[in-house]
Amino acid sequence: MAMIELTDVTIRSGPFLLNHVNLTVASGSYAVLMGGTGQGKTTLLEAICGLRQVTGGKVVICGQEMTRWKSADRGIGYVPQDLALFPTMTVREHLEFALRIRRVNRLTIRQRVEELSEVLGIERLLDRRTRHLSGGEGQRVALGRALAFQPQVLLLDEPLNALDETTRNRLCELLGTLQRQRQLTILHITHNREEAIALADQLFVIEAHQICERDLSFLQTTGSDVVDLNEGVLR
Amino acid sequence: MSDWQVAASPGERHRAGSDLPFLTLMSGIGGSYLVLVVAMLAADIAYTSPAHFSAALTKPEIQSAIRLTLISCTISALLSVWVATPLGYLLSRFQFRGRWLIDTLIDVPVVLPPLVIGLSLLILFHIPQKGGNLEQWFQERLGMRVTYAQPAVILAQFSVACAFAVQTMRITFDQIDSRAELVALTLGCRRSQAFFHVVLPQAWRGLIAAFTIAWARSLGEFGPILVFAGATRMRTEVLSTTVFLELSVGQLEAAVAVSLLMVLASMLVLGIVRLLGAGWR
Repeated sequence: MAMIELTDVTIRSGPFLLNHVNLTVASGSYAVLMGGTGQGKTTLLEAICGLRQVTGGKVVICGQEMTRWKSADRGIGYVPQDLALFPTMTVREHLEFALRIRRVNRLTIRQRVEELSEVLGIERLLDRRTRHLSGGEGQRVALGRALAFQPQVLLLDEPLNALDETTRNRLCELLGTLQRQRQLTILHITHNREEAIALADQLFVIEAHQICERDLSFLQTTGSDVVDLNEGVLR
Repeated sequence: MSDWQVAASPGERHRAGSDLPFLTLMSGIGGSYLVLVVAMLAADIAYTSPAHFSAALTKPEIQSAIRLTLISCTISALLSVWVATPLGYLLSRFQFRGRWLIDTLIDVPVVLPPLVIGLSLLILFHIPQKGGNLEQWFQERLGMRVTYAQPAVILAQFSVACAFAVQTMRITFDQIDSRAELVALTLGCRRSQAFFHVVLPQAWRGLIAAFTIAWARSLGEFGPILVFAGATRMRTEVLSTTVFLELSVGQLEAAVAVSLLMVLASMLVLGIVRLLGAGWR
């Protein structure tokens, strides 16, 4: 069954245009989206989670058409590239946020925060504000905030960028584990080939504002006539 | 590239010369204004004495003016922040057709001569409409007199102060990254929830700055109050009108003492704004 299904989607933002996009991510699949800078990867993620209006086509999530739904009603977890943490809140408040909005009872909130903070390895950070967190810690908090309300779909916009190699590998492992354990459907934007090889069940490549699904063996292909994904430039 | 040559020794290199003349000139020109401000304040202080000060402060009319000033400035500043917060937020976050018109309208009270604002308020409350006028409506429906009464003082102060509060709140919201607010929407928030949980807690310094700026503007307001509220002693007299009234009856010492009181209040308010500004950065 398809969990994320975009049919003939068109997104226009000023002079920028993503035209007739078709994309299907299977339920429980870890999909990776790669492509050059300025191709519209972030725009596409924002359209899926409802932060950007689509001008044509259909967005179907978990069998439900949500093209005109408000972002708040879609129940999609989103980790943006800049994390966009809440500067006045502690890490604990980040993890509690979506649950408080949903008026979940206190006991459940406490249990969920304990569980999430343990899985993400951020127990000791719970009472800290986000201003002084390291890059890897910030990523874990943003991930925890998005996972707290137990979404079926998670959208990750270059979540492992600007991290040192050790932290990147640890988080990469964590994402894979989380996805398998919680049966999440993930759409993950990256420029990093190793990241894609480690995580991807499905691979999408965006080129000339068009998206096509490629076989995973594409990631093993080398040569200048194919794709230099580590540089984020399609040739 | 063939005739490219590196200077042979440090001595042959270009020397920029001293920056001292430039900085001296800039300080000289800029400093002349500071000298003027300090000289004015020094002249006020030299003219008055503690005896003048205490004599002025014990006058019942001036005590009443101080009370009304504190109350009216506080109410108009609160009203300004109440209005400026939603308006500043909408102007900061949304692009819409005709926004330039709203921007211009907000700046009108800032650029209009103060007397014109007072006159416009007076006309607004007395222009005949449907067999009566706004003043009559307030008196009949709410049992409240506005023109030449204390509500007129507050409304006159609010008309100008609010424009400054809107500008402050708009800058405040411009400086707050809207991405966090958008992420809050994906977490299940309505716009109002994102505003109250994510945006407003980040805007508290701006709220205090807007309040203090509106308060200070209200304190200095004179023209609109004189026209719209009048300058009746013990009724619609605020400190700015006290200075005018004391001057008009030849009580220069009392006028200077009250002026200094207003200077102190303004400096206190500006100090708060500066401190908040430093904290913001």
